[in-house]
Amino acid sequence: MSVASLTDVEVDYPRGRALGPFSLSIGAGEIVALVGPSGCGKSTALRLLAGLEAPSRGEVARAPGRGETAVVFQAPTLAPWLSARANAALPLELAGTPRAAAEAQADKALARVGLAGAEAARPAQLSGGMAMRVSLARALVTEPKLLLLDEPFAALDEITRRALADDVLRLWADIRPAIIFVTHNVEEAVYMASRVVVMSAGPGRMVGDIAVQGPLPRPAHFRTTEGFRATAEAVSHALAQGMAA
Amino acid sequence: MSRLTALLAPTALIAILLAIWEVACRVMQVPVYFLAPPSAIGQALIADAPSLVAAAGYTVSNALIALLIASLLAQGLALVVVLSRTLERAVQPITVVLQVTPVIAIAPLVNIWAGTDHPGRAIIALAVIVAFFPIYSGAVTGLKAADPDLMRLFDLYGATPMQRLLRLRAPSAVPFVLEGHKVAAGLAIVGAVVAEFVAGSGKVQGLAWRILDAGYRLQTARMFAALFVLGVMGAVLYTLLQAAERAGLKWWRGR
Repeated sequence: MSVASLTDVEVDYPRGRALGPFSLSIGAGEIVALVGPSGCGKSTALRLLAGLEAPSRGEVARAPGRGETAVVFQAPTLAPWLSARANAALPLELAGTPRAAAEAQADKALARVGLAGAEAARPAQLSGGMAMRVSLARALVTEPKLLLLDEPFAALDEITRRALADDVLRLWADIRPAIIFVTHNVEEAVYMASRVVVMSAGPGRMVGDIAVQGPLPRPAHFRTTEGFRATAEAVSHALAQGMAA
Repeated sequence: MSRLTALLAPTALIAILLAIWEVACRVMQVPVYFLAPPSAIGQALIADAPSLVAAAGYTVSNALIALLIASLLAQGLALVVVLSRTLERAVQPITVVLQVTPVIAIAPLVNIWAGTDHPGRAIIALAVIVAFFPIYSGAVTGLKAADPDLMRLFDLYGATPMQRLLRLRAPSAVPFVLEGHKVAAGLAIVGAVVAEFVAGSGKVQGLAWRILDAGYRLQTARMFAALFVLGVMGAVLYTLLQAAERAGLKWWRGR
């Protein structure tokens, strides 16, 4: 069953075409990585799926309800004047949930991302990785069917990045939302996704749709397996072809 | 540089300059009505202390009342104006003209409107005019300075325009509004003093009047004493508002 889809979408900006024609469909519980060179329209595709932008042509199908789609941006994008708890509760409060109930849900979401005890902290008191976790908790608080991640770990160091990748997979195993995430990093794409969609240089089209074998969440040493390396190789190859096209 | 040096260096410089001034006045036998030596200014300061403090209180209370009024007007207008681009465009030329017109040029007119019996009203009105702009422009800038990704997030969760204004744009504006108040406080003092000069009557008991009055009598030492109090008052107010800004930012950011 498809959770969301783009059908032959094209996005034109005044300075030219940004995306497409491009089609993508994601099934319930699937994890899709979108990889492609800078400016290929990966983030544009994500904004279409979030409903934050409309395509110039083509169709977008997505869950219509409030809170059924959640987005995590590249930066944590937290309100500095609110505590971690109030930040995580924000989506529920905007929908009219009473504060007490919203904050109880927020505390649960924070505990889920490993931030129990940090509920009262302000964003300025948190490390980059912790702030990103609050951002994740805020996205999860509405129990979305579709979670969109726009290069969520790009600003973090390698160790934090890997830890967060495992955290996201663990969370996925708990609640099974469909996830689409954008990344520049081939290894991260293969490690986290059940399917890697490769896009060409802008305006982006699909040049590869590569399934990743292996259990999710990933077992230890998954990065050293033959399957991982072969898949990464295939993704890199498709990327190189997309750059040349 | 240690704290001690940071404190000592300006103190030493001021002491040296005062010493040169004192010695020069004595050696060259400068007439006291032309330039009073620091010792005479010190004596005037002590002798006039009670009336100077009262005058400073008059000036600073007018300036603070004006700051309060300007703050309410400026933030109120900013909130209304950011709801509509047309309205913002409509208001802009008026606010700019108000800002670039020297307050001393408007003062005589405001004096007439306030009436000679109520110089206090004119002083407050003029101080409001100069204090208004930094708060208004800070608030307008701040209300538009919300993180674009947070704006998108509010869109995603279907926030109403009211929720967007009260829960995102207004809190985002806080640092800008604090900065605006710091600048406005200094300007409110300037506005109050300028207005006192123009009002220039015995009914006004502020510091500017002390300076004018002493000037008419060629009592240079008393003029300097009033100037000194004015300077100290400005510095104290600025320091207080800077501390308030810091405390405000700390509260806003949580650290």
